[in-house]
Amino acid sequence: MSYGILYDSTQCIGCEACMYACREKNGLPENEQHKLSDKNYTVVKTTKDDVYYRRQCMHCQEPACASVCPVGALEKTPEGPVTYDPDKCMGCRYCMVSCPYNVPKYTWGSANPVVSKCQMCYDRIAEGKLPACADVCPTGATLFGDRDELIKEAHKRINDNPDQYYPHLYGEKEAGGTSVMYLASVPFVEFGLKSEGYDKPFPDYTWQAMKEIPAVVATGGIFLYGLWWLINRRMEIEKGTLTEMSESKEEHDG
Amino acid sequence: MAKTGILNTIRKKLTFWTAVFWILIGFGLYATIVRFTQGLGAVTNLSDNVPWGLWVSFDVLCGVGLAAGGFTLAAVVHIFNIKSYEPVIRPAILTAFLGYLLVCVGLIFDLGKPWNIWHPLIMWNHHSVMFEVAWCVMLYTTVLALEFSPVVFEKFRLEKPLRIIKRVTIPLVILGVILSTLHQSSLGSVFLIVPEKMYPLWYSPFLPVFFFISAVMVGFAMVIFESYLSARAFNKSLEKPLLMELARAAVFVMMLFLVLRFIDFTQRGVWGYLFRLQYETIIFWIETSVGVIIPMILLSIPRVRKNENALFWSVVMVVVGFVMNRLDVSIVALQASNGAAYFPSIMEIGITLFLMAVGFGAFRYIAKNFPIFEPTTPIETLGTQKIKVTVKPKVAFMQTAKNS
Repeated sequence: MSYGILYDSTQCIGCEACMYACREKNGLPENEQHKLSDKNYTVVKTTKDDVYYRRQCMHCQEPACASVCPVGALEKTPEGPVTYDPDKCMGCRYCMVSCPYNVPKYTWGSANPVVSKCQMCYDRIAEGKLPACADVCPTGATLFGDRDELIKEAHKRINDNPDQYYPHLYGEKEAGGTSVMYLASVPFVEFGLKSEGYDKPFPDYTWQAMKEIPAVVATGGIFLYGLWWLINRRMEIEKGTLTEMSESKEEHDG
Repeated sequence: MAKTGILNTIRKKLTFWTAVFWILIGFGLYATIVRFTQGLGAVTNLSDNVPWGLWVSFDVLCGVGLAAGGFTLAAVVHIFNIKSYEPVIRPAILTAFLGYLLVCVGLIFDLGKPWNIWHPLIMWNHHSVMFEVAWCVMLYTTVLALEFSPVVFEKFRLEKPLRIIKRVTIPLVILGVILSTLHQSSLGSVFLIVPEKMYPLWYSPFLPVFFFISAVMVGFAMVIFESYLSARAFNKSLEKPLLMELARAAVFVMMLFLVLRFIDFTQRGVWGYLFRLQYETIIFWIETSVGVIIPMILLSIPRVRKNENALFWSVVMVVVGFVMNRLDVSIVALQASNGAAYFPSIMEIGITLFLMAVGFGAFRYIAKNFPIFEPTTPIETLGTQKIKVTVKPKVAFMQTAKNS
């Protein structure tokens, strides 16, 4: 089963309980940064019209970060979370560059740095518990459950209260679908979710070129060898008869 | 009296450039210590908004590109069989080899956990461009080491390995050309996954193709650039007719590059971006005119190609334009969406200059002590003309010793 999180901004009261629960669960220090960083895996913010919204890893169905990681340190688990293994990581930071949501952050101050991001409390899910943020949310603005069920629930909410919602479930299709999805009363651009309209999974953009590699290697090899053979042969014929050449070659080899 | 005498000799020996060299080495070593004890944050201006900076953009992207002279000339000499280019192939291979070694060292500085640099050997993710890049770096550095090895074997008169390596020259060169093609293009593919983040004048589904073509372009330019500088540094005559021909070839590659880029603009319908009074657009025009349009026009004039200095400064423009292109793709194009401006720190620049100084120093040392520049014996006859081969390194060494 693939789990997901449905965050309903209209039910969020901005209490930041999720932020504190997240810090406690992940052993992150208290801080006043109020943005995603190596000290905050989730953050509650407000738009200029005082609408609360939460940011965290979107746990894409086809994550750009996992696709670009050369060593597979980032991984999309069947349960939904995109997890990170610091022991595999070599620190190239391609995940940070590639993420359409600018989620992965880095412990720049450390001589043994790691990528920092929400892992949807993968260990808690494995134990049958809720992620810390969903567990602590007092209003149900953060719902955890089966992704398909959450999509149904979200559409039901939009249909039942069309006045209350911006008529779109963000994350159902964006970037090929995400495990963390958003409902809100305002357009999602205001939350900094810019990739609306990019429904194609991001790894596909790379794969269009990567899939040509075997063809390039095969045709390149044959073409270059053929070219060398042709040119070389023509030059040898120009130089003298073939028999003379093979004799001198034997001499050369001997 | 004696004191001033010593001072004078010191002053004589310590010429301006050696002083610069040792200052760069000293500062570089200091920055290296800080880098590895206190982390990337302590020495770089990198941040969560700008995860890649000068080291990725210059040391890696440009380093690999500027080494492209190696595979282009290897193809010209060995595949296209244009043996007249042999006098310039060894310096080109040496530059490429040193370039790739420096890219590896640059990566050790840039990677957060450089002790895991070997992980792509056993942890495979074949969907990752970075995985492809890692393998290309490893394999092509090995190929370059082998392509360079005859120089070492000749120097130490190792006849047997020399004969073995000569026999696999063609497969080795073909492998090198394929790996380079993959590597140069894959550095462009790296940015395919951020279509929504990059300024439209630089993002293109054809980035890998553009990276490859511009690498060939700068490969020719670098061979001319090196030959000119080496001719001055080692007091040897310039292989002028060869370089003029290379410049002509470069003009065609530049034309191809320019035409393809504008076709791409048309296909994606981004011509509007070419005529905006905006930072990125202005940078684009500087890059394109300095690196492609102006040198293309200059080098298509025979009188310019014939004039050593004009030729040199034209290819300098190509190199500068190429460096700008790589910096633009990896830094400028992403700046707006990153929401943060980036300029490298003194330490970042210091380490980059440190690596370049090491590269120049190594090139100079090897060029003086190994048979790089003397009139080369054609590869095929090396095995049979033993006397010639064994004598030459000595002559070269004496010549350079006399000159210096």
